[in-house]
Amino acid sequence: MLEIRNLHAGVQGNEILKGISLKVNVGEVHAIMGPNGSGKSTLAQVLAGRETYEVTQGQVIYEGKNLLEMAPEDRAREGLFMAFQYPVEIPGVTNTYFLKAGLNAIRKHRGLEELDAIDFLSLVKEKMKLVGMDESLLSRHVNEGFSGGEKKRNEIFQMAVLDPKLAILDETDSGLDIDALRIVADGVNKHSRKDNAVIIVTHYQRLLNYIIPDFVHVLVDGRIVKSGGKELALELEEKGYDWLKDEAENVTVNAQESS
Amino acid sequence: MMNRSPMTDSWYVSNFQLMEKHLNGEAGTHIHSIRKDAISRFAQLGFPTTRDEEWKFTNVAPIAKMNFKPVLDLSHDGVTKEDVERFSFGGLRCTRLVFVNGHFSQELSSLGSLPQWAKAGSLAAALKTDADAVSEHLTRYARYDDNAFTALNTAFLQDGAFVYIPDGKVIEGPIHLLFISTKLGTPFLSNPRNLVLAGENSQVMIVESFVSLDDNSYLTNAVTEIVAGDNAVVEHDKLQAESAKAFHIGTVHVYQRANSTYTSNSISLGGALVRNNITVVLDGEGIECTLNGLSLSTDEQHVDNHTVIDHAKPHCNSHELYKSILDGRSKAVFNGKIFVRKDAQKTNAKQTNKTLLLSDNATIDTKPQLEIFANDVKCTHGATVGRLDEEQLFYLRSRGLSLNHARDVLTFAFASDIINRVHVEPLRSQLEGMIHARLQQGRH
Ligand SMILES: Nc1ncnc2c1ncn2[C@@H]1O[C@H](COP(=O)(O)OP(=O)(O)O)[C@@H](O)[C@H]1O
Ligand SMILES: [Mg+2]
Repeated sequence: MLEIRNLHAGVQGNEILKGISLKVNVGEVHAIMGPNGSGKSTLAQVLAGRETYEVTQGQVIYEGKNLLEMAPEDRAREGLFMAFQYPVEIPGVTNTYFLKAGLNAIRKHRGLEELDAIDFLSLVKEKMKLVGMDESLLSRHVNEGFSGGEKKRNEIFQMAVLDPKLAILDETDSGLDIDALRIVADGVNKHSRKDNAVIIVTHYQRLLNYIIPDFVHVLVDGRIVKSGGKELALELEEKGYDWLKDEAENVTVNAQESS
Repeated sequence: MMNRSPMTDSWYVSNFQLMEKHLNGEAGTHIHSIRKDAISRFAQLGFPTTRDEEWKFTNVAPIAKMNFKPVLDLSHDGVTKEDVERFSFGGLRCTRLVFVNGHFSQELSSLGSLPQWAKAGSLAAALKTDADAVSEHLTRYARYDDNAFTALNTAFLQDGAFVYIPDGKVIEGPIHLLFISTKLGTPFLSNPRNLVLAGENSQVMIVESFVSLDDNSYLTNAVTEIVAGDNAVVEHDKLQAESAKAFHIGTVHVYQRANSTYTSNSISLGGALVRNNITVVLDGEGIECTLNGLSLSTDEQHVDNHTVIDHAKPHCNSHELYKSILDGRSKAVFNGKIFVRKDAQKTNAKQTNKTLLLSDNATIDTKPQLEIFANDVKCTHGATVGRLDEEQLFYLRSRGLSLNHARDVLTFAFASDIINRVHVEPLRSQLEGMIHARLQQGRH
């Protein structure tokens, strides 16, 4: 479904991603972990098409297509979704308007009929229940004045409505209390099927108590320094990231030696 | 006079003489002596130039160099009821006064729903039927001694709207003043003069709209005087949506008495050159004054909003929010003057001007001018100029909206803040539709 090959990206000549390779097959759940500032959000944003980041090297193939050549909206229409770590507030635009516009653009692209107001509302109500989101948030402006937890739920709610093939969740667990965390995890588990894939980006392993990943990757300083099964998450919980940071330095040294 | 442009002056002076012949029988009236005074004042002043502080950013040379022919009579020039319907905000039924090229048309107007006790009709008629009320107020607020356009309007003062709400009365629906311009053979001057008198404890909503039937070039030079009596509530919505070749100078003078509330929502969408002047004098305690404005401009359009809020007495609040959306090579000007006189302690005045630039070639000149002579007051002002937010655009696109759609959504959101302040629902929906259409059109 997704294949990242030796991806390098950065901002204004400052390299943040330093050669990432990763393969995600349909039906899989991957977790990307790593300390703050290691480049997790940058990777998520680059995959979603944020133009702030310049890709300097490498390739990303999504369902046989060159993802990096696609506009952000085309990626969304082709089934890619990223839940933002920091969802932006959009005063003056209601949540309903925004989501309906997005859903119908995606449906149209897939050759489906656009949903009318009534069908849209019943879909939305069903999905709101799924993530335990208050209905009053629908008529509010996008994320405006939402609490941290409400913003995160709103992201998962959007995912549930748009039903993407590949969902990338950037720190969706941070700032959530344990009940909210359970609800969000539940939403993700219900969404996760044999015909789609999920990438969970997180700093902590606690979300992974509820969503069991097939693979765990550790990102340190713009590189994946270790990959493994779900047990790797537990190991990180115990030992922290420091032992891997040394490993990252070794990788750097090796890389310099070989160049 | 430094600003004099003799050619145009003599054009309007000789047209004034033509009008005098036309108005036979009025020569000895009070109003005509005012007209004569105004034309001579206009001849002295001439059209302003950019050396004039009040016109520094708006060059009216394109107006000065054309000879606009004053329209002296009502001629329907083919305007039909269907045309009026088109400009009725989706068929809004209300008291509607229709003016064709500045002259009242009884035939096209709808006065059926007007209560017996209220008056709404042509100023030309009111000059005769309500001479006392008219002469007490007309030309009292809109001074022409230092303003050439007001002098010109006063010189050719013939017709316009007269609205009178007696003390203690509330008009339920809006009163719509519809100014339609047609395609006359030559460039012409539409010169409406309006007077709105809202008595003590009265309430009224006035909607002024300025529209064109064709894309011809003409000058609308409108002056509106509004008096809000003690404790009166006046909402005043103005929609300027004229042809892309039209020139529009719209001058509004409001005089507020104690505890009155005046709210203006001024929306400008059309015109080659538009200048809106609003001056409000808060002459009593406990007054609320709110001025909101929105302009959308593109191509070579020029939109200038000049506001003056004059706090003359203590304990009054004024709130001002003007927004501009600029595309193409268009230019906008915002000049917001606030006076707080020595007596006006405990004044609370807030002014905000926000500009959204959709193109690299559009420009805004914004200038707050606070002149404060009292010491116990709260006055704030702020201006922002920005582009569409990259992060918001990306968020919308990441959910499937095209770049153009995302831009429209954010631009509309910027405008909706003002649109939502319009209380006349059909006008509000109409404005939403017009702005959507403008955004689409801006892209072809
Ligand atoms: N837009 C940006 N401009 C400049 N530096 C950035 C930008 N985005 C991220 N960075 C830098 O890149 C590094 C990785 O950031 P990020 O991807 O947010 O890490 P993480 O999500 O793993 O905490 C940090 O050092 C951060 O400061
Ligand atoms: Mg991050």
